[in-house]
Amino acid sequence: MAEIIINIAGYIALFALALSFIRMILGPTTADRAVALDTMTIISISLIAFIASKSMRIIYLDVATVYALISFLGVIAVARYIERGI
Amino acid sequence: MAVLDILGALITLIGSLFLLLGSIGILRMPDVYNRMQAGTKATTLGSMLFLLGLGISYIECGCIGRIIVLILFILFTNPISSHALARAAHHAGIKLADVSIRDCLKDDEQEQEGASV
Repeated sequence: MAEIIINIAGYIALFALALSFIRMILGPTTADRAVALDTMTIISISLIAFIASKSMRIIYLDVATVYALISFLGVIAVARYIERGI
Repeated sequence: MAVLDILGALITLIGSLFLLLGSIGILRMPDVYNRMQAGTKATTLGSMLFLLGLGISYIECGCIGRIIVLILFILFTNPISSHALARAAHHAGIKLADVSIRDCLKDDEQEQEGASV
């Protein structure tokens, strides 16, 4: 029962990833694409933790932490680029 | 343990629904500021609930500590990045949607310029 509910939650998160990917392709400005990429990163962190829990490998959670750190730095860099150029 | 499993699975399901709502908001909102609000607030809460539910449901693998660190990291950094992006978009001159009523940041900047002159 619990396994089935968690699998459904994983599929819903995957669908959400696809929806925000559509916005990243369509987005009229750079800021739209950066926002969509930020959302995609957060959903991907959730999915990495999902895979780590399903396969019982704690090491994947470290991967998720480093991914969150790099995504934060990347969004800050894109924001500086939009504001005043490189 | 069965109760904890079901509880964690339900929390995970609620979190994934918040993630889906954030993505639908990103797809349907009219301008970049509204998209930023939907995509940051809903997604922060959704990912926190998702990770917490996974940590409760799979408590026997001993990963709850790392998941709490991950939750705290997302909670602290996601609003900061969204704030920096919104400020940069406003300084770059991206227009608000046509249905917007007022722009408080623009009003404040004009007030400061008037005071300095």
